[in-house]
Amino acid sequence: MSKASGRTFFLRPQDIIGIVVLAFILVVVLPLTLDNFRLQFVGKYLTYAFVALGLVLCWGYAGILSLGQGVFFGLGGYCMAMFLKLEASSPANTKIQTTPGIPDFMDWNQITELPWFWEPFKSFGFTTVAVVLVPAFFALVLGYAMFKRRVGGVYFAIITQALAAIMTILIIGQQGYTGGINGITDLRTLHGWDIRTDSAKTILYFVCVALLIACILLAFYVKSSKLGRILVAMRDKEDRVRFSGYDVSSFKIFVFCLAASLSAIGGAMFTLQVGFMSPSFVGIVPSIEMVIYTAVGGRLSILGAIYGTLVVNWAKTSFSESFPELWLFGLGGLFIAVVLIFPNGIAGLWQTYIAPHLGPLFGGVAKRKATPPAPPSPGTAPAAAE
Amino acid sequence: MFSDYSLAELGSIFIMQGFAGLILFSVFVLMALGLAIIFGQMGVINMAHGEFMILGAYVTYFTSQLFLHYIPSLFGIYFFIAMILAFFASGALGMAVEWLMIRRLYKRPLDTLLATWGLSLILQQVYRSVFGPREVGVELPNWMMGSLPVTEVVEVQINGLFVMGLTIAITIAVALLMYKSAWGKQVRAVVQNRVMAGAVGINTEKIDRYTFGLGCGIAGVAGSAFTMIGSTGPTSGQLYIVDTFLVVVFGGAQSLLGTIASAFTISQAQSTMEFFLSGSMAKVLTLLGVVIILMLRPQGLFVIKVRR
Repeated sequence: MSKASGRTFFLRPQDIIGIVVLAFILVVVLPLTLDNFRLQFVGKYLTYAFVALGLVLCWGYAGILSLGQGVFFGLGGYCMAMFLKLEASSPANTKIQTTPGIPDFMDWNQITELPWFWEPFKSFGFTTVAVVLVPAFFALVLGYAMFKRRVGGVYFAIITQALAAIMTILIIGQQGYTGGINGITDLRTLHGWDIRTDSAKTILYFVCVALLIACILLAFYVKSSKLGRILVAMRDKEDRVRFSGYDVSSFKIFVFCLAASLSAIGGAMFTLQVGFMSPSFVGIVPSIEMVIYTAVGGRLSILGAIYGTLVVNWAKTSFSESFPELWLFGLGGLFIAVVLIFPNGIAGLWQTYIAPHLGPLFGGVAKRKATPPAPPSPGTAPAAAE
Repeated sequence: MFSDYSLAELGSIFIMQGFAGLILFSVFVLMALGLAIIFGQMGVINMAHGEFMILGAYVTYFTSQLFLHYIPSLFGIYFFIAMILAFFASGALGMAVEWLMIRRLYKRPLDTLLATWGLSLILQQVYRSVFGPREVGVELPNWMMGSLPVTEVVEVQINGLFVMGLTIAITIAVALLMYKSAWGKQVRAVVQNRVMAGAVGINTEKIDRYTFGLGCGIAGVAGSAFTMIGSTGPTSGQLYIVDTFLVVVFGGAQSLLGTIASAFTISQAQSTMEFFLSGSMAKVLTLLGVVIILMLRPQGLFVIKVRR
């Protein structure tokens, strides 16, 4: 499919090495060196990595900065949580309630009947499809409305941020249907398999890693395909792409939907591993934090975003444990530094300072172009509707 | 939902809620004015705008404490001095931020968004460490307390009226500064065509710095006015930032008149609905309405035609 020399399938040799190294770290090194408690933390961070991955495609490659990825993460997470909650609220488990068989928070809010939109989530098949498709559909509607009217850049960012705010207020306000500010808690089993035990959490960790690797491969495929090149072309000179006869908005809608689905898969895995879902993962603050994972990792690097997510979250956890008041300084400083000092993140530092020295060690890789084409100044997103 | 009330009651409800909406409107306008200058004129997305406002609020709080303890005889007029101090404190911080950070980022608007978000996190933590996590409120001087009866059932608070009057005065001052003064002309020239403005001898860097400082200074005054009607905490600013951005975008980013019109629409819609629905649903419906209208009309309510 690609005429570029030296490619096997759609991966370049250094991409294959990168993926193998990442997989090795996640599957072998971390489970062997960390205790169960810490490994579950890594599993939680990896669910954010799905969001970061979506942002690399959407923001790094296509120049669409969405500050509402938490909405999609939340939608995926809530879909999964609704299924698990229904399973946990079987009539046998909830016989002390006024209305047995409905989730406990509904009972507390004097709701006597399962709302219609909860009904389909009794089926696991429907839930898995919904996890991917509900956020994608949501993104489709949003993207269609915005990109067809050539709204982009800053305006898109602000509107998605407003949506994140709306979604949070809505979830908190509609306590009877959504569990309110506490979210959907006390999830127990998946088809009778207890997800709260240590062994289940370890298995879920590996499922999460496998899914993540699959999504990484998908991202590489999109990146190396013709579509990926159109996305980059669009980011850099949108008008030229449009004048060449491409329907710019359709490509943007597609990549936005893809990013939404990826985030939602992360959200669903989050619910499974952590055992609850709440509006605190939906709003403005978590959404913009997810952007910083991508920015720190390198907005143009698929693998970089994964490492960025791990590093930022690891720093957050260890700082919050020892110096909680310092963490906001650290996070704030990170936002500023990643913009002013290293705009291409960890991946950019790696390519500039470390990769050239590694080249001679791995002869095969070194023969390729030593310097990757200089990434264009980031953030040159097309101006909003003019 | 209207059937439970008599016509006279409905009238009073609308007037009372309309007045509450006007106070919200004043806060929106004061915050949005600064943002309209920074975002609308300069194209910088200042996510730390709320924190500049809170700085003004803290300055006001400390001035009030100072007057209360050392010169209680002049307590009645402390607010006017506090307002001036707030303007210069926020403005100076704004100019420093522009010099250190923003001026490197004029060509990357999305990156200013991230950087200023980082700044807002840092400022919040600074406020929390310095002033404590608890919310603080100022004591109002006597003449600002109480309310004026308009009819038997309708009363309006004096501090609300004062904030409204202040809003009108500041809006007029900003409009005069932007559209009638020589400096305002230079600002608009730089915004419309930076290269050309530089070519005719305008010091564009200096204009940028003062414009940003002015926007932040107005945010400081907004914070000062905000203390009259609510208490201040380290994260109060963040509560308003999204609303304020929507106000500016909805109004048409480059038009001051549009900003005022959209602040009016949004605040009235929200406060009227708040009476009949729960507060959260009123907010959801208002924001959703704004977002949908923006999807249909991305350029906002008022547009200035500029040849590019």
